[in-house]
Amino acid sequence: MPHKTFFAFILPSLIAMVLFIALPIVSVVVQSFHVEHGRILVEVESCQPFGGCTKETRVDTAAMAALKAEQPMGQFNGFGTYLNRGHLAVNEIGAILANNNGFGDVVTRIYNLPFYKALSFTLVFCFVVTPLAMALGFAIALAVNTLPKVTKGPVIFFSLLPMIITPLIGSLILYWMIQPNGIIGASLRHIFSDPTLSLRQSPQLTWFSLLFYGVWTNAPFSFVVFYAGLQTVPADTLESAMIDGASRWERIRYIVIPHLAPLATFVALVQLMDNFRVFEPIVGFSAEANATSLSWMIFNDLAGDAQLFGSAGATSVLTIIGVVILLMPVLVRTWREFNHKVV
Amino acid sequence: MSEATLSHKRPLGLNILIVGFIVIWVILAAFPFLWTVWGSFKVEPDFFSRESWWNAILGTYTQRQNDGSSFTGSGYYGAWVTKEFWRAVFNTAIVTVSVTVISLTLGTLGGYALARSGQRYAFWILILALVFRAMPHITLVSGYLLPFFQLNIWGVLPTSIIVLVAINQPFTLWMLHSFFLSIPKDLDESAMVDGCSRFEAFRRVIIPVMWPGVVTTGLFSFLLAYNDFAVTSMLLSADNQTMVPKISSFLGSVQEQGNVMFAVAAVVSATVPLFILVLFFQRQIVSGLTAGAVKG
Repeated sequence: MPHKTFFAFILPSLIAMVLFIALPIVSVVVQSFHVEHGRILVEVESCQPFGGCTKETRVDTAAMAALKAEQPMGQFNGFGTYLNRGHLAVNEIGAILANNNGFGDVVTRIYNLPFYKALSFTLVFCFVVTPLAMALGFAIALAVNTLPKVTKGPVIFFSLLPMIITPLIGSLILYWMIQPNGIIGASLRHIFSDPTLSLRQSPQLTWFSLLFYGVWTNAPFSFVVFYAGLQTVPADTLESAMIDGASRWERIRYIVIPHLAPLATFVALVQLMDNFRVFEPIVGFSAEANATSLSWMIFNDLAGDAQLFGSAGATSVLTIIGVVILLMPVLVRTWREFNHKVV
Repeated sequence: MSEATLSHKRPLGLNILIVGFIVIWVILAAFPFLWTVWGSFKVEPDFFSRESWWNAILGTYTQRQNDGSSFTGSGYYGAWVTKEFWRAVFNTAIVTVSVTVISLTLGTLGGYALARSGQRYAFWILILALVFRAMPHITLVSGYLLPFFQLNIWGVLPTSIIVLVAINQPFTLWMLHSFFLSIPKDLDESAMVDGCSRFEAFRRVIIPVMWPGVVTTGLFSFLLAYNDFAVTSMLLSADNQTMVPKISSFLGSVQEQGNVMFAVAAVVSATVPLFILVLFFQRQIVSGLTAGAVKG
């Protein structure tokens, strides 16, 4: 296809991506180097007939508005926002490392810094939910594959629901059930005969319920992909393995799993990307006291009355760096394969 | 696979294990939805019962407050009429339909070009799209807000629509690219030998055969627009909210007033279209998920 035709075809799509994906990334980077204007204070003297005169310091709103109109992004701050307590917290970490009571103390104190708290939950969510959901999905695929044809359709229908559901709505539905006055929460209290048990109160249980939600909503995707993969496992190989006396488990281990391995890489990649942006369940579960994520931090900065663009920008840039690190193995491999093909 | 002969030899214990596992999974997947649909017709002291969840099944308080009937539509009335949820439904319809149509128009053209080009830069555009696909939406939103305030286009539906279209492009391009690869090159090339230009060949030969792939991709574009929370909650003003941000705004204001049931009713209302979608397009959804996997 000639270059001109190619670009004529792809231009609308390319313009949309450049304007609304590439430029915002640039805008985020620029924002992250700026910080909101400080308050401009003026001293006002107010005199009353009998009370004498008092001096007051007030915020000069007119001057603030003028300054904001002039420099909407705020003042230049360099890497200041990146290094402050709300982000990488360089000084705080230095202090913790210089003066602490052992390794455990270092970990808890670093965990209490907002950025590291969010980062640790995001990473745990990514690397716990993805393998568990894939394992569950694989198990469901194996089981559904043995079912008679009539029941396969309805089972697949119900299995798709947790995946297709709006993340915020799905997390709300589960949240309402695990509340102390919901069915699961109440039953758990009954089972453990502990009338104060609440999945919201302890950080561990909040994490557990969020991870449970993650597996619940991610498993169907692995299931569907692996189920489709199972249909392409060569029957001859399976049969000859049976003749050679391979057990059921050995057939799965040495034929089915190697056959599905390329699919598993794909599923892992997609789910890691999606889980890294974990955000809606934290809103749905109102879990921000015990678990925050990088996306939630950005949302929190932007949603407040004083929109902290600088802070949100810095977290966004750090998140993007995280995404790139996550994608690095794939990018490097694609790069190598591509060069290989050309040579 | 010769299913019949294999299942013959499966021991009974294993069969019980398999069926039990499937039953547990189906309950796990479906029960939360059934429970919430059932509970949305109760009053709050029943669905969020402090005494026993049997109240939610029997509707003890619902009967008391409702002259003996154990079902009530008050949650739905409150959400749709009092809180004007219908406005959000209307906005969602506009946003999802526009996003789907525009994404597919741009995506088919771009995906076709990528599938037929074979040049180096086509490959790099695909890799770039993969990186863009991985960007968390909220990081992009924090880049939009300030420019949109400056340009005075914040808060209206068209802005959200075009942003969602752009966010959706990487995925659409990948899907349609792999779909167009499966249509033989000879088809449009022979049309071009017969004297068609590239665009005419696309219009006369490719468009008539591309619908299965377009329908599948369209389903996922629809889902992206329908399920989005990050973009629509930050970029739409309160009057223009779509369903998902509207529900989240219910939670802030409604929970204090003790009317959580409005939110429950709204959640069930927003789930119904998804149910219908899966019911009618189950095959397309499954094939769409696997198409990306098997080929990409």
